Amino acid sequence: MADPAAQHSTAATQANSLRHGPDARGHFGGRYGGRFVAETLMPLLLELDQAYETAKADPAFHKELEFYLRDYVGRPSPLWFARRMTEELGGAKIYMKREELNHTGSHKLNNVMGQILLARRMGRTRIVAETGAGQHGVATATVCALFGMTCVIYMGATDVERQKPNVFRMRLLGAEVVPVTAGAGTLKDAMNEAMRDWVANIADTYFLVGTVAGPHPYPAMVRDFQSVIGDETKEQMQAQEGRLPDVIVAAIGGGSNAMGIFHPFLDDPSVRLIGVEAAGCGLDSGKTAASIERGRPGVLHGNRTYLLQNADGQIDEAHSISAGLDYPGVGPEHSWLSDIGRAEYVGATDDEALKAFELCTRTEGIIPALESAHAIAYAAKIAPTLPKETLLVINISGRGDKDIFTVAEHLGVKL
Amino acid sequence: MSRIAARFKTLAAEGRGALIPYLEAFDPDFETSLALLKAMPAAGADLIEVGMPFSDPSADGPVIQLAARRGLKAGATLAGVLDLIAEFRKDDQDTPVILMGYLNPVEAYGHARFCEDAAAAGVDGLILVDLPPEEADILEAPAQSAGLDIIRLVAPTTSDERLRYVLSHASGFVYYVSITGITGTRTASAEDLQAALLRIRAATDLPVAIGFGIRTPEQAATAAGIADGAVVASALLSTLADTLDTDGKATDQTLPRVLEQIKGLAAAVRAGEKKAG
Repeated sequence: MADPAAQHSTAATQANSLRHGPDARGHFGGRYGGRFVAETLMPLLLELDQAYETAKADPAFHKELEFYLRDYVGRPSPLWFARRMTEELGGAKIYMKREELNHTGSHKLNNVMGQILLARRMGRTRIVAETGAGQHGVATATVCALFGMTCVIYMGATDVERQKPNVFRMRLLGAEVVPVTAGAGTLKDAMNEAMRDWVANIADTYFLVGTVAGPHPYPAMVRDFQSVIGDETKEQMQAQEGRLPDVIVAAIGGGSNAMGIFHPFLDDPSVRLIGVEAAGCGLDSGKTAASIERGRPGVLHGNRTYLLQNADGQIDEAHSISAGLDYPGVGPEHSWLSDIGRAEYVGATDDEALKAFELCTRTEGIIPALESAHAIAYAAKIAPTLPKETLLVINISGRGDKDIFTVAEHLGVKL
Repeated sequence: MSRIAARFKTLAAEGRGALIPYLEAFDPDFETSLALLKAMPAAGADLIEVGMPFSDPSADGPVIQLAARRGLKAGATLAGVLDLIAEFRKDDQDTPVILMGYLNPVEAYGHARFCEDAAAAGVDGLILVDLPPEEADILEAPAQSAGLDIIRLVAPTTSDERLRYVLSHASGFVYYVSITGITGTRTASAEDLQAALLRIRAATDLPVAIGFGIRTPEQAATAAGIADGAVVASALLSTLADTLDTDGKATDQTLPRVLEQIKGLAAAVRAGEKKAG
C-alpha cells in the first residue's frame, strides 16, 4: 500500500499522467476551464490562486485540514459492501462509498472545510456561497458557525421552495439565505447572484464555490479537497479485496463528488469511470440537466465547459427532480475527460432515480440523496450485465432525508 | 483613423469629454431600440454603447438584467443586434458604436465570423465583460484583422503592475469600472476618480471613459471632466423601463423621456470644463 501521506497528495508522479491538469491558465486539455470573469474579479482570483498554492505546499495546512476532517467531518467514511443489493441485482459486487455519513450528510463538507481554512488564512471574515439542493449551503453555514464567520447563501427561489428543511437548517446555523428570483430560480441563478455579491464586497468576502466549476482555481481546488473520497476508496478496496475496483459510478451535477472519487484513479486505466448526469424527463425531452450528453462547449460562470444552450448561445434552463443536479453546466475537467474518453458520461431519468432511491432504501437501509440515486440507478442498470467478480463502487454522495417530501409527492403520499 | 480615435480627437480639440449613453438592443423591441439609437447622436451622444442581451449577465445589476431579459423576450439574437447597427449606419457614418456583452453568444456565433460581420455592420469596438486579457487570444487576432477595437475594462482592484499588462491588450479607449460592484449600484467620489485617472494615465495614452454608477448630469459632467468620457447605462434603462406599459411594451413616452434625459446629461457634460489631466 502506498504511503498515506502520498495518498493525500494530488501530485501525479507519471510523466504522462492525466492528473497534472490544469495548466497555469487553469485550462484542462488546453480547452476547458480558464478564468472568464470581469476585470474586477481577476486580481482576486490571482490572489486566491496564490494563497491556495501556498497553503497546498504548507504541511501545517494539511495537518489542520486532516484534524478537522477526522474529528469534525468524521472521516474516513466507510466503503460498504452492499450485499442485499448485490444479490437482488445478481451481477457485479456492489460497494458503496458512504459520503452520506459525513457531518451534514453529504460530501460537500470535504471541500467546504478546506476552503474555510483557506479563507481564514486569507483573513476573510464574510463567506458567500451558492446552493442548489442546499447541501453545499448547509455545509457552508455549518463551518461558518464553527468558526464564527458571517454567512450569506444564495439559493434559487424554486429551490428554496423544494428544499425547505435545508433552508431552515441554514437559518438555524446563523446563515442569511437569500432567495434568487431571476431566471428559473435555480442553481444557475444563485451562482450569478453569488458572483455579484462577491464583486461588490471584495474587501472582506470569500466566495466559497461548492462544485468543481467556476473560474480557475476553483475547479482544481475543489477537486483536490474532494479527492479524499477517491484516495480512501483506493485504500479501502485494497484492504478489502486486495485490488483496484473495476467500475466507479458517481452522479454529476457540477461534478464535485464524481471528480473527487475519479481523480485518484485517472492513471489506473483498468478502472472504468462513469459519471451519471440527470436526464430529467429523458435526454431528448428538452427537460434535462445532461450538459455533457446534450450540451456543447461554451462559457458560463467563469469557465469553458459543456453547457445546455440554444443556437444563439443563450443558456437553457436545466431540469431535474434533484435540485443538486439542476444545473446547465458541468465542471470543466469532466468536459475534458469526456472528450478524451477517459470517463464515460451517461444519463438517468427522474423516474429511474426514484426507483433507485427505493431500491437502495429497501435493500440496504440507506436512504440516499436523490442526487446519489442517479448513480445508483445507472449502477443497477449495468450491474446485472457484469460478471460476479466485477467490483463496482457507487459514490453515495449524500443522504436523502432532505428529499423525502419530493419523493412522497411523486409517490402520491401526503405527509 | 478609426471612428473612435477620430471622435476622441475632435472632442479633445473642443476641450470636453464624451457622453457615452448605453442602450440594450431589442429593449423593449427592435423598432424602439433602433429609433432610440438613431435619435441618440442628435440628443448629444458622442459615442454609443449597445448591450447584447445575455441570459446570465453576472456582472450586471438588476436594471440591466431586466433590460436584457426584455431584449431576449423580444427575440434578440447577435445577428439581430448586428442588423440594428447596420440600420443605424445607413444614416450615421461618424458616431462610434461599441457592443457590450458576454462571451458565450459570441462563441456560439463564431469568433472570427462575428468580428467580420460586426465590422461590416458598422461596429467600432467590443467590450466583452467576461473576457479578460488572459483569455482574449481567441478574439484578438480576428478583431484586429476586422479593424475592431477591443476595449479593456480596468477596475479599482487592478494593480499598477496588472494595469500595464491589461493595457498592453487594449485599443480604442479604456473603460474604467469606477466601483467594485455590479452596474448601476454605487457611485465613486470625484477624489477617487481623480486618483484612479492619475494611475491609468501613467500607464496609457488611450482615452479613458468612466462607467458604473454614473446617474445624474452632475456625475456625468464630473466624470467626463476628470476622464475623457462618461458612460451612463442603468439610469437610462430605468427611465425606459418606467415608460413601458403593463405588458412591457413601449409607449409614446418611451423615446421622448429617454432622449430628454440624454439631452440633460449632454448639456452638463458640454458645460463642464475639461480639467488638465
